[in-house]
Order: sequence, then structure tokens, then C-alpha cells
Amino acid sequence: MDDLYREIIIERYKSPLYKGELDPHDITFEDENPLCGDHIRIDLRVNDQGIIKEAAFSGHGCAISQASADLLVESIIGKKLEEVKNLSKQDILDLLGIEMGPVRLKCALLSLKVLKAGVYGLGEASDELVE
Amino acid sequence: MPVNPFRDDFPILNREVKPGLKLVYLDSAATSQKPVSVILAMDDYYRTTNANVHRGIHTLAEEATQAYENARVKVQKFIGANSSREVIFTRNTTEAINLVAYTWGRKYLAAGDVVVLTEMEHHANLIPWQLLATEKDIRLEFIPVTDEGLLDLQVYRSLLEMRPKLVSFTHMSNVLGTINPAKEIITLAHQAGALALVDAAQSVPHFPVSVKDLDADFLAFSAHKMCGPTGIGALYGKERILSEMPPFMGGGEMIRKVSLRSFTPNELPYKFEAGTPAIAEGIGFGAAIDYLNTIGMQNVAKVEEDLIAYAIEQVKQIPSLSVLGPSANKKGGVLSMVTEIAHPHDIAQILNDHGVAVRAGHHCAMPLHTRFNIPASTRASFYLYNTREEIDLLVEALKHVVQIFS
Repeated sequence: MDDLYREIIIERYKSPLYKGELDPHDITFEDENPLCGDHIRIDLRVNDQGIIKEAAFSGHGCAISQASADLLVESIIGKKLEEVKNLSKQDILDLLGIEMGPVRLKCALLSLKVLKAGVYGLGEASDELVE
Repeated sequence: MPVNPFRDDFPILNREVKPGLKLVYLDSAATSQKPVSVILAMDDYYRTTNANVHRGIHTLAEEATQAYENARVKVQKFIGANSSREVIFTRNTTEAINLVAYTWGRKYLAAGDVVVLTEMEHHANLIPWQLLATEKDIRLEFIPVTDEGLLDLQVYRSLLEMRPKLVSFTHMSNVLGTINPAKEIITLAHQAGALALVDAAQSVPHFPVSVKDLDADFLAFSAHKMCGPTGIGALYGKERILSEMPPFMGGGEMIRKVSLRSFTPNELPYKFEAGTPAIAEGIGFGAAIDYLNTIGMQNVAKVEEDLIAYAIEQVKQIPSLSVLGPSANKKGGVLSMVTEIAHPHDIAQILNDHGVAVRAGHHCAMPLHTRFNIPASTRASFYLYNTREEIDLLVEALKHVVQIFS
């Protein structure tokens, strides 16, 4: 029953490795889940080749939203922005290593939505970005 | 420990959340479960009586009208109103308050007028007034909530010196559980020349409420939180006030005479009930009131008083968990909890794995959570069908949460 709260999720929730803000940054975006108030901001530093050199997230929310943000940020360092655009829902589920219902999926996908909206330079993060 | 005699009336309480895992339903402040008598009343209506009300000549139409209007009389008696003309059927509490803001508010409020609300309102008694404030430039003032979770009546008295036109407040907080001194608030409002609206969504279902005793000018509540169906609620208003108010929505039923360019509104309460109403739901509402009357609201309140006192005592023993709101003797059956170590969504998720259904989030009362500097809370809420055993299961599940997160 505790599948949803695997050790890695609790660990990353309690002691995230990539929590913080980058100032200055090349890309930043933030948004929240209006249903529960979970809030995520992601900052990126990108080099001339479009490779993400540094990344960090900040905000507050449940274990699922915070751990997924930490794991996502970790996974994109060293990647090209173009690659980030191709990340999908399944990539997040693979990172977390769990299955979940539609309500908690919103918590898990908030960080990806924020990241992609920032990378695409969009004014708002829509659900279509993570389908 | 005697078995709760009411549980058998609620078929859903026998279901399992997952195979082998019994449902522990602690979310009645969101919506209550329905007794079999309510389910059967609506089923029977559709099987035997279904027709549109207030217009047909045929037998079915007559019977449907009678059943629907009987329900109105049941509501009237349940809250101690003088006449069934003072009972307007709405979709829910939210629509009832919007009705007052839209019709009374638009007619009687002008720029600069003051409406007094409280810091503990849920959004249904906040947004309608914000909308009106934007449109008519009225001023909203708020009775603050003390650290203990009570309304600061000292500040209320000083707000009344602004001569507000209306005081609109919740009878019982859906987050803190605080039962507000409604009679005192209304008396003071009247002395200052204001009308008083009571948001009774959490009070009428749980303890005896009399509009006559309170001297409320308006009182709003929903059927679905008191053993009835969703989609129907009631607005009580004093007849003298309602009859001076303009209609709400336009359409059939709310008119007496219509020409191409004008209409004459119908009499009370139909003036405020445009279109075909929720007939089966109205009948279900009546059946819910019959059910509560056979138990007696004093007895409903007694069950919940025992449960909340027991729950607070048990939950207090769990380290790192704290309970919002005042002590058990000042509140109804609502237990909102916060902890530093886990987010309410995670708590609710783990509780669900134990079969325990609670609400996590801001419970449509964001400003109140802001007041206490918390993003959200986890709420267990009780009704007549809950038991101490279920609270023990809640406590077990909460201990598991603490174990996972610490």
C-alpha cells in the first residue's frame, strides 16, 4: 500500500538535493495547482550550446509534487533544452517509479508543466504540455 | 461500546474501499451519506409519480406537486419558519447566498455601504459579496478570528459603528468547527440597523436551529449535507423582506402574467424559482428531514459531541500533530489537523489506504488558512452514523503517517 511513498520519494521530499533559486538565471517559470495550492518554480542556467548547466526548484506542496520536482531537475542537468521539450508524463512516472490516480498525477506533473512552459517561453503552463 | 443504531440505515457504509478494507467515512462536512429512506423516496417518485409540478391537471402532476410542496412545508417546520412562503428552494447554500447578493444586494446596497463578513467564511459567503463589491463599490469588513479560532466580538462591535447594511456570517466554521454565537451576532446587527444572513450549511444538519429563535433575516443551507440529495438547498427569508426583493432568474414558474415586453412576478416563494425545479431532489430533501426528525436533532448533536471530544483527546496523543480551532465544547464535529512533517494531500492519501475518507486542502476557505499561516489542512468530519471505533481507525492511520514521514 505504501507504493506511493517509496523511500526515494520520502527522502527527496524531506531532503531535496536541488531545492533553491538560481540568481541570475537564463530561464525561470513558476505556477501552481489551483486545486491544492502546490507551488513550483524552476530556474535554469543554460550555455551557448543550449545545454542546461545548472537547475534548481523552489516552492511548497505535497511529497509527490516536491519529490518529482527534485528528481526532474536532477535528470535534466546536462541535457539540451530541445530534449527537455520532448519529456512526457511517462518520463516523470519512470523517475518516480510509481503508478497513481488522476488526482495525484496532477501533483506529480506540476514540475514538468512548469519546466516545459519555461523552456518554450510560454506565458502559462497548460495541461497539454504534459500529455 | 453499544453499536451505533443509525449505521444500518446507510447502505454505503457497508462497502469496502478495496477488497477487505472497510470504508471509514469521515467527510460528512463535504457531503453526508444518504439513508435508505431518502434513496427510496426518490426512486419511488421516478417509478410512480414523475411529472412536472405546478402546471399539470393530470393525476401525476397533482401528486408530484403535492409531494414537492410537502417537502417545502417539512423544511419550513424543521427550521421553525412562520410560513412555507418563506422557504425558497435553491440548488444549494451557494446559490441561496448568491440569490440574496444578486437581488437584495443590488436593490438595497449603494456605493460606500458596508457589508460585514467574517474571516472564517467559506468561499460561498465571500465571493458573492466580492462580486457585488466590484459592481457597486460597497465596502466589505471582516470580523477577525482569534488565535483560539473564535470570532472577535469586540472588533465586531466596533465594526457595527460603521452602520453596516448587512452582517453575513457562518453559523459553524467548516474548518475550525467553531459554533458562532449566532443569536448574539444577530441581535447586535439588528441594534445597529443591519440585516443578518446566516450561512447554516454546517449547522442545520448537525443541531437544532430555529430561524424564529435566532431572528435571522436570511438563512441558507443545503440538503446534501443533511442526509438529502445534491442539487437542492433552501434559502429562508423573512416574508416582509422577500416580498420587496426583485426576482432572481427569469423564466417559467416565477411569473404570474407575461406579455411580449413585460411580466408580473409570481407570489412567494415561486418568484425566486424560475424553471422546472429539482423535483425528485426536493422530495428527497423532505425524506431526509423526516429521517432526522425521527432521530431528533438533539440526539444527532449528542452523538457528534461525544465523537469530537473523543477524537480531540485521541489525536492530541499523537506527537507532531495539532488540531485547529477551539476546544470540543465550542465546536461541532469537525477536526482539522496540521503537522509540520507531512502535507495534507499525503496524509489523506495514506489515510485512504487505511479506508479512511477525509478531506485535504483549504476546504474552500483559503483566507482562513492564510489567517493561520498554513497552506492547507486535513479535515475529518463526523455525523450521526460515525463511531468511536472509526476514530480509533483514524488514529491508527494517522500514526502510520507519522511513522512514514518521521
